[in-house]
Amino acid sequence: MQSLNTYRAGPDERGHFGIFGGRYVAETLMPLILEVERAYAGAKADPAFEAEFRHLLTHYVGRPNPLYFAPRLTEAFGGAKVFLKREDLNHTGAHKINNCIGQILLARRMGKRRIIAETGAGQHGVATATVCALFGMQCVIYMGSTDIERQMPNVYRMKLLGAEVKPVTSGAATLKDAMNDALRDWVSHVADTYYLIGTVAGPHPYPAMVRDFQSVIGEEVRAQMLEQEGRLPDTLVACIGGGSNAMGLFYPFLDEASVRIVGVEAAGHGLDKLHAASLSGGRPGVLHGNRTYLLQDVDGQIAEAHSISAGLDYPGIGPEHSWLHETGRVEYVSVTDDEAVAAFQQCTRLEGIIPALESSHAIAHAGKIAGALPKDHLMVVNLSGRGDKDVSTIAKALGDVHLGGLV
Amino acid sequence: MSRIARRFATLKTENRAGLVTFIMAGDPDRAASQAMLNGLPTAGADLIELGMAFTDPMADGPAIQLAGQRALAAGATLAATLAMVAEFRRTDDDTPIILMGYYNPIYAWGAEKFAADAARAGVDGLIIVDLPPEEAGELVPFLKAAGIDFIVLTTPTSDDARLPVVLANASGFVYYVSIAGITGTGSASHTAIDEAVTRIRRHTDLPICVGFGIKTAEQAAEVARIAEGAVVGSAIVSTQADGGRPLDLVRELATGVRGARKRG
Repeated sequence: MQSLNTYRAGPDERGHFGIFGGRYVAETLMPLILEVERAYAGAKADPAFEAEFRHLLTHYVGRPNPLYFAPRLTEAFGGAKVFLKREDLNHTGAHKINNCIGQILLARRMGKRRIIAETGAGQHGVATATVCALFGMQCVIYMGSTDIERQMPNVYRMKLLGAEVKPVTSGAATLKDAMNDALRDWVSHVADTYYLIGTVAGPHPYPAMVRDFQSVIGEEVRAQMLEQEGRLPDTLVACIGGGSNAMGLFYPFLDEASVRIVGVEAAGHGLDKLHAASLSGGRPGVLHGNRTYLLQDVDGQIAEAHSISAGLDYPGIGPEHSWLHETGRVEYVSVTDDEAVAAFQQCTRLEGIIPALESSHAIAHAGKIAGALPKDHLMVVNLSGRGDKDVSTIAKALGDVHLGGLV
Repeated sequence: MSRIARRFATLKTENRAGLVTFIMAGDPDRAASQAMLNGLPTAGADLIELGMAFTDPMADGPAIQLAGQRALAAGATLAATLAMVAEFRRTDDDTPIILMGYYNPIYAWGAEKFAADAARAGVDGLIIVDLPPEEAGELVPFLKAAGIDFIVLTTPTSDDARLPVVLANASGFVYYVSIAGITGTGSASHTAIDEAVTRIRRHTDLPICVGFGIKTAEQAAEVARIAEGAVVGSAIVSTQADGGRPLDLVRELATGVRGARKRG
């Protein structure tokens, strides 16, 4: 394990976090990627950009959202005090909107009128379609046909918002394949199109930029915990597909040595079977513009991931997470489909909050570790999104018995 | 002198451009692909691009995506691709072979070891779609040491500021991707290609080959009047996939290229 003065200095000027990150894209895209980088650097230094971003987060997204002490989950887990960061209460129902607000402002600044995005669970697609409606821009969303089937309500929401949803049938027809087709679209429409990537992955500057826009989560948690408990949290827990909600929560705390930080990957059917846990079951490789941990075979062919949660069903992870994993600053664990479904039900029944299946992975892990911790231990779980979109998946997973009770 | 340099020197003495043909290694299976590869020079291919199948070919259109999927389904591996090249070299020591694909399989192999193994198999050049100059430093020194050319891609988005950056690593020839898009889709106009090639020539003395969107003998001939080479991929791969006679198409393309006279 390395010992560093700061974990918040990355990436370097070429977009690398240690050996991870970078800009592994087709040459056609490079001038555009460099343009995004310049434009983002300019926006970051512009107080007017920051002011408009903050204004929209407050008045459009509804921030700050609560840091909610969850008494009944705390009691059930039998140890640490569990707090839920309520990203599910944002407009559009997940953390994804934070990043979309930032990037749509950047796209407007760059003079782009056509927005493309990939989506897995549909939360990023809905958030992108939402900001495109708000700013009057054309919106095209790439979504795997497998995901279209399991996230139908979100597909309809995107269409209502005026987006064109393009089904992707290659590969396993999930998030990875949607990202391939979004990149193909971008290569083919470089002049007028902005690619609004939904997670802390892709070529530089996306991983750092999306992290910056999502860091509002951790900044609020810091202030809210200081106000409620008079000190910093002891443990942070967040689920990870690409890892944007986790990076947003973790980043402001990386240099707080007293804060234990845990990222939860999707173990699907189990780490010895089909899963989506890139750090636990993968090794470094290059895909979608960056070097990071990937699920792949010995020949470097990318493996299909599996998670019951469409938003975590991706064989890679943001490059900064790979770096935080190798430096040892963040602990990465995994939770299976079954454990996530159980946590989904537990949170719903005990707190009256229906969490997204993605966030249920974080809740499940919190349940595993909270019991062994003292009662004054402050644990924050990122409730990254709401679970309305997952109701049919859950009904299917629980089988006829529970369905019978529903209808 | 490398095979690539020798080939372009010969083409120059013949006052003609070259036909560069792309096929996907292992498509539809190893044996058929080897037979196709071995038949290309006789049919008129001057240089050969051999695709290395990858699960996530982000810059390719449907024809080459499907070719890669067929190859992988039939068990294609990078090791098998190198073995195909070595087999080809038993009977042809003159036709340059350029491997084309994506970086991850090479990274998984190990960049340094791959450069050495590819050179041993008889590979002359490498085109890596997702390795722009910003990242190429992790591979290019090993290729140089092994005597393999790093063929760079320039595109309609490579302006005069960008071209020197891209061309800094270049050797062998320059591949001009004539449309901002994916393989096998639209075609650029004659005028646009002419302008782009003229602009690239201001920055390099290397031969220039033009590809993307060239499907017919007429289009290939048009390019052959402007550049040192015309690259055809998707059209050949599709003809093979549709049960047609891809080597007949190569013969037609070669006739077109050889019949064209370079201006000046």
